[in-house]
Amino acid sequence: MAAEDLPSEFDVVILGTGLAESVVAAACSRVGQRVLHLDRRSYYAANWASFTFNALLTWIQEQQEGPQPEQGKDWSSLLNDGEELIHLSNPDLDSITNIQVVSYASEEDEEVPDTAKEETSANSQLEVESAGSREEKSAEEESAEAEGTNTKGEETEVDQSHPGASSGPSEPTRKKISYAQLVKEGRRFNIDLVSKLLFSRGSLVDLLIRSNVSRYTEFKNVTRILTYRHGNLQQVPCSRADVFASRQLSVVEKRKLMRFLTSCIEETEMDHAYSSQPYSKYLQDQQLGENLQHFLLHSIAMVTEDTPTEAGLASTRHFLRSLGRYGNSPFLFPVYGLGEIPQCFCRMSAVFGGIYCLRHSVSCLIVDRDANRCKAVIDSRGQRISCSHFVVEDGYLGSRSSVTTPTRLLSRAILITDSSVLPGDSEQQVSMVTIPPGEVCQSAVKMVELCSSTMTCMPGTYLVHLTCQSVGSAFEDLSQLVTKMFQTPESQEPGGRPTVLWSLYFNMADGSVPGVEGQGLPSNVHVCSGPEGSLDHEHSIKQAELIFQRILPEEEFCPPAPNPEDIIYDGESPTPSAEEDSGKEAGQQEESGGDLNPQLDE
Amino acid sequence: MHGRVKVKTTAQQEEEKRKEREKKLKIYVAARDACFSKRKEGVCDDEALQLTQQLLSSNPDFATLWNYRREILMHLETVKDPDEMQKIYEAELSFLEACLKVNPKSYGSWHHRGWVSARLPRPDWARELSLCDRCLSLDDRNFHCWDYRRMVVKVSGVPVDQELEFSDRLIGSNFSNYSSWHYRSTLLPVLHPQTRQEPPHASSPRGPQSHRVCEEQLLKEYELVQNAFFTDPNDQSAWFYYRWLLGRAEREETISCVYVSREDERVAVAFSRPINARCVGLLLVLDGQPLRVEWRSVHPRFRHSPVLICDLPPGTINDVTNEHNLTVHWTGNHTHRDCALYTGRVESWCRDTATDQELFRSELSVEKTSVLQSELQSVKQLQELEPLNKWCLLTIILLMRALDPLGYEKETLAHFQTLKEVDSMRSEYYSDLCCKFMIENTILKMEYAEVRVFSITDRNLTSLCHLDQLLLVTHINLSSNRLQRLPPQFAMLQCLEVLEADNNFLENLEGVYHLPRLQEVSLKNNKISTLTDLQPLASCPELKRLDLRGNPVTQAASVESDLAELLPSVTDLLL
Repeated sequence: MAAEDLPSEFDVVILGTGLAESVVAAACSRVGQRVLHLDRRSYYAANWASFTFNALLTWIQEQQEGPQPEQGKDWSSLLNDGEELIHLSNPDLDSITNIQVVSYASEEDEEVPDTAKEETSANSQLEVESAGSREEKSAEEESAEAEGTNTKGEETEVDQSHPGASSGPSEPTRKKISYAQLVKEGRRFNIDLVSKLLFSRGSLVDLLIRSNVSRYTEFKNVTRILTYRHGNLQQVPCSRADVFASRQLSVVEKRKLMRFLTSCIEETEMDHAYSSQPYSKYLQDQQLGENLQHFLLHSIAMVTEDTPTEAGLASTRHFLRSLGRYGNSPFLFPVYGLGEIPQCFCRMSAVFGGIYCLRHSVSCLIVDRDANRCKAVIDSRGQRISCSHFVVEDGYLGSRSSVTTPTRLLSRAILITDSSVLPGDSEQQVSMVTIPPGEVCQSAVKMVELCSSTMTCMPGTYLVHLTCQSVGSAFEDLSQLVTKMFQTPESQEPGGRPTVLWSLYFNMADGSVPGVEGQGLPSNVHVCSGPEGSLDHEHSIKQAELIFQRILPEEEFCPPAPNPEDIIYDGESPTPSAEEDSGKEAGQQEESGGDLNPQLDE
Repeated sequence: MHGRVKVKTTAQQEEEKRKEREKKLKIYVAARDACFSKRKEGVCDDEALQLTQQLLSSNPDFATLWNYRREILMHLETVKDPDEMQKIYEAELSFLEACLKVNPKSYGSWHHRGWVSARLPRPDWARELSLCDRCLSLDDRNFHCWDYRRMVVKVSGVPVDQELEFSDRLIGSNFSNYSSWHYRSTLLPVLHPQTRQEPPHASSPRGPQSHRVCEEQLLKEYELVQNAFFTDPNDQSAWFYYRWLLGRAEREETISCVYVSREDERVAVAFSRPINARCVGLLLVLDGQPLRVEWRSVHPRFRHSPVLICDLPPGTINDVTNEHNLTVHWTGNHTHRDCALYTGRVESWCRDTATDQELFRSELSVEKTSVLQSELQSVKQLQELEPLNKWCLLTIILLMRALDPLGYEKETLAHFQTLKEVDSMRSEYYSDLCCKFMIENTILKMEYAEVRVFSITDRNLTSLCHLDQLLLVTHINLSSNRLQRLPPQFAMLQCLEVLEADNNFLENLEGVYHLPRLQEVSLKNNKISTLTDLQPLASCPELKRLDLRGNPVTQAASVESDLAELLPSVTDLLL
């Protein structure tokens, strides 16, 4: 939608298309608020975004080049009496740091015997630069390549089926996937900047169902929970069927585990006796073997040794309650990647009249000095747009937040590998892996391995996400683990581990750091934080609901959207008002236009 | 508020729905009437096929329409060639798939599918199997689908080992599945039959297929099923399968005892199972001569009975100085038993003892004591973790009985006590089961002692069983129990002379019926309240002594004279 067309008055202006902002947008539009939703970036979902391989390379380049300098314009001509300006900044300034790309795939298609790996390692450091330069070209050729994908895709699929069918990483002369192939098949990737999962009974799933936003997405069940222990990967038996089938547990252990899992759903007096003690102590006293304690603490509760019993039990219960709702594990993963979720809410907002502009930002807020309220915003094209509420991603407040609070960071690694960390009966496994603190890294690492049927990577490859709280840079924190669990040129001993084709390390600001609320901001400016390190989405959903309640305390948060056949359109309705018409048109236009979500239109 | 999307009200929606429904009903009723009138006229055309399809796709449980459809299809078979029929039937199968989506448990649809599959000129069984797998993945306990699948497997000859893998898969995804476990129990004897060849026993004609499974496979199955009940001890399906695994011994059909009484000129025969006197071919040969006799059960209430009796023609064996050889042939079963009545003896018998046959262990296998012992250990291990689990307790009891019924008697009784407490809804069932086991134990003890006295007192007995095993007993003492009746089966105690049943709750003596040797009956402190209750005693010709003290009947006015009239043989009456 062209900027000239923007109305000059909205109820809510939202800047940033991250999860919390998008949920607020959907919730406000749903109850009839006029919503303008902007993002300075050229893509949706901010740091929650998913990229194709080629788009990710572009993103990496942008991050490394740094933001374009903004021309400081003087907007004072747009001010009225008693008003002052708050300037906003570029959100990408400091949320992503320490980007490092290591590519191990050979340049061209060729048969690579295992011994030739030394060679590729030699130039791996160079890849950092070459990746950037090559990527420019590929971005231009993206559309051309996309057309070619179909025919070439078939050919590569045949190639890939070979290692897949034999599922032997030990097979010596199979065809390696080259860097050129990754670029060529780049559109088959949907690489998330954040790595999270949905608890089947978490607040995000509830919200998706309640609001009918779920109709815009599809999910896959995480098929197995793994844990890394004493240098080995083990499957964590968590459902009844898993426990039954497990070969690692003795029958007595099976009984003990099942008994614990079924009994801990309900609170008992015993729990309170341990209220001041760590969960690990509680588990020890349940006469569970060391094996079971490890599973329960690190993979099921996903807490640390010193987490208090109450918190530990609460997370265990959350896990267990989610189990079995949609399958044998408590987690769901959205097909096409997590970046889908914020976009689904944006779509819902658009259907109910929300207006969307990308590459369009807000330069300043206009604040009524006396009332300390934001009256209007000035967009990046100099238009004054009045609003009653302004919702913003914390990154746009830039310096305002980072000065006062020490920034905590997350370390992220994204790997493209050629096989699963634990080959099983089926190649199409979605695995959640927990690596307890101290096993390799200082902090606990959460790893999610996605297979190609999640539509996040090309057939024959796996997409691996690693996340932990930063101690050093992402590379310092995670590369050792990658070397241990995967085959890279740095790996000491050879073994049947998956080979890393390409990897990306970066640090991201941890959104769970207490935000900038109440730091001299007008009372009708609401700040959303970026993604945080937890596995679930509770934080953002809770934040969005709070913001919505502050904006519209009387309204219901995301009531079910009506079925299309129940909506009364023009002509049917006896007395449609002018505003209703305009809102609806925008919504319909957006929905049919399909430019909301270019990644879906494969 | 402005800008809000207008939504139809619920009343509007409901009105629309109601109209929609009305319209549908009208169409449905019209089509139904058209179908019925067509069928009445015997029309078998394509239009009828169309109409029934239209109706059945919205209501697949309309059996009459399926029948009509079959009539039409059978008619078409007579006028079309096989290729055309193939097409028609294939279309029928896709139509049925749609019906199954409407109701995956529709009897009509599944039955019709079976019918069509069987008539299809070139059936595609692989497709049918995959349809079943799809259905079972949605509902792994859909027994309609299981039934149909078994039919498909049988007809298309799917290898048994594949089917076992299929069952592995289903149990792996959810082991609370009776169908899967049961399916295993039919597959295993075929796939892994017991290799040990039993000497062909003339008297044990088995079915074509033994139901036993080889030891090696059994051990694997024990492991599998243990995984299931350790994972969830409250799931019945695994326990039931476990019972099947343990209980694979089969009783042979035999004549277990032949008894002959010179004085009564009567023969009594006990069999390993109840048989019908009229239908079963029994032949009595006395001293090489077949004898025409009339076999009857011990009580008119039973047509089937494990004990049959017959009276010999008067004067055949009553001379004490003669020796007789008697043979009873069970012709239907090619089995027989001899019995010699020597000079000077008034009675004689020939039999298997309960101890010889290990009779009461037969519910569980006696293949290998060591296997059972280790099973008992693991179930006991589970019981330590789950002391109140009823399935676990019950299984322990059964295993203990299979191993050593007398040695574990005390523990068994203690477990029964726990069972009655943890599963109070079934306490009467456990009481009866406990009685059964105690009676079995008492019979075993009696056999070991080689006596004809059966005594089980003060044990809270609530019911009597295994009375066929007491054919030779002369003295029985059932005092101080909780019995309410002596059931008709009691009449199998053909040698009984003395009956003691003091301190029970007896009010019904139906089973004291035509006991030819019964002389003494003691029924102190029971609940006998009317003369009619005592009526059966009148059929016992030798009854001399009767003790009725402490019964309500003794309070009646003219009881003494009435009894004298009812039981003229009684000389010693205690009231």
